[in-house]
Amino acid sequence: MTESAQDGEYDAWLDSIESDNGYYLECSNGHGWLPPRRVCPRCHDQDLSEVDLPESGEIASHTTITVPTPQFEDDAPYVTAIADFGPVSVTGLVRDVDPDDVSIGDVVGLDVGERVTTGERAVVFRPR
Amino acid sequence: MSDPRIAGASVTHFGKHPERTGRDLFAEAGLEALSQAGIDPDDAEALYYGNFMGELAEHQGHQGPLMAEAIGLDVPATRVEAACASAGTAVREAVKTIRNGEAEVVVVGGAERMTNIGTAAATDALAIAADDLYEVRAGMTFPGAYALMARSYFDQYGGSHEDLAHIAVKNHEHALVNEHAQIQKEITVEDATEAPTIASPLGLYDSCPITDGAAAAVLTTESYAEEHDLDAPVAITGTGQGGDNLALQDRPHLAQTPAADKAADEAYEDAGVGPDDVDFAEVHDCFTIAEVFAIESLGFYERGEGIAAARNGETTRDGDRPINLSGGLKAKGHPVGATGVAQLATVAWLLDGSHPRADAVPDSTVGVAHNAGGTVASTTVHIMEVRE
Ligand SMILES: [Zn+2]
Repeated sequence: MTESAQDGEYDAWLDSIESDNGYYLECSNGHGWLPPRRVCPRCHDQDLSEVDLPESGEIASHTTITVPTPQFEDDAPYVTAIADFGPVSVTGLVRDVDPDDVSIGDVVGLDVGERVTTGERAVVFRPR
Repeated sequence: MSDPRIAGASVTHFGKHPERTGRDLFAEAGLEALSQAGIDPDDAEALYYGNFMGELAEHQGHQGPLMAEAIGLDVPATRVEAACASAGTAVREAVKTIRNGEAEVVVVGGAERMTNIGTAAATDALAIAADDLYEVRAGMTFPGAYALMARSYFDQYGGSHEDLAHIAVKNHEHALVNEHAQIQKEITVEDATEAPTIASPLGLYDSCPITDGAAAAVLTTESYAEEHDLDAPVAITGTGQGGDNLALQDRPHLAQTPAADKAADEAYEDAGVGPDDVDFAEVHDCFTIAEVFAIESLGFYERGEGIAAARNGETTRDGDRPINLSGGLKAKGHPVGATGVAQLATVAWLLDGSHPRADAVPDSTVGVAHNAGGTVASTTVHIMEVRE
């Protein structure tokens, strides 16, 4: 792995969130996905278009991780959650909330933050 | 089409053997399985071998021929990788090869060396079964992924951490007589609920340990077994495999495992049996909540009902349909690439009466093995029946 090489459409997607133009990919039948995708795995449609992500989503499930991988050693304990943005769900780190106060149904916005341990970019959720 | 017979099977001790190489672990299991089968090794025609993290733990790829050589065979050897379902998937390949008439004797097995790299590196290695871009980079660990599924289950169907504790207590108790098991220690519900949290709501006793070990089995045709007068009363009569989106975020439900539903439906149809015919099962309880998903997907319980099975004593060894009489992954241990074949061996031994917990299922005729990979994005289900 070359350090300078980015992960194509994934990093472009993070860029879009950083510049407040976050999007998801939608097929003709309304199934939503995150890039890179060339085909809808549910209906085989290859006509995927970029659609603006909703401003906020709801936490569908969450966990406070106390035994991390080495790449998150200094982040722990941290909260990883899946948030439902309607046509797509997104996995991210919950920030700006006490881990004990995170609940299913909490409304969050999507942002790009930094991992404490490595300084790398990561999807983060903040309360709205 | 001939349903493959299990002519011999073997597992190593599952536990902490950091100094033992993968090839030595597999050689022990493979040679013992061949010996148990009582076949001429020259008759073996293929090896299917499960392994998940050999590149990370041993800097060793291309393990198929290495492992064939380790058990003294010069046969086409294929490594199969499907995360924790690697060995179950290898079993399926072996079953298909025999049914297709391409071989009369096939060796299937798996091995994993994990503890030599330490807990942190093993946690890191296990995480690569998840979606690297969207899950691992958001901090998801293997326990973390099942924690998300467990919380979603509680939210949708009810249940509590105490219900999960009953599963851990049961599986620990089952393993007390299993000399191959990593953990032979009785625990209480309080031990489990009060153990340190690793990924809320899951604690230390909701998780299987990190394990070194290997397993192997020799499969053959009914006619080969007859011709050679082999003692091989157990047949694999049904095989099924299902898949799902790799990332949890892309699935419609966080508290269901449709890959296992599909695998179970296919295997039952293949064998011509249904859930009510099953006497017992070995299921993939990498985490306590995973046993709940498994017994619901196998059709033993309606959605939302599986959580109470252990607490109600229905899946304990004196229950109606015992689950994980070996101790499961939870207590027996989970050398990832070997688990599916260890389950196969356990079911065969319970059916032929040679397993130390066989007294819990006397006169049983149908057993099931359910092996799941990652967050159940891959699942195999195999039905085994006593023939004679
Ligand atoms: Zn679609």
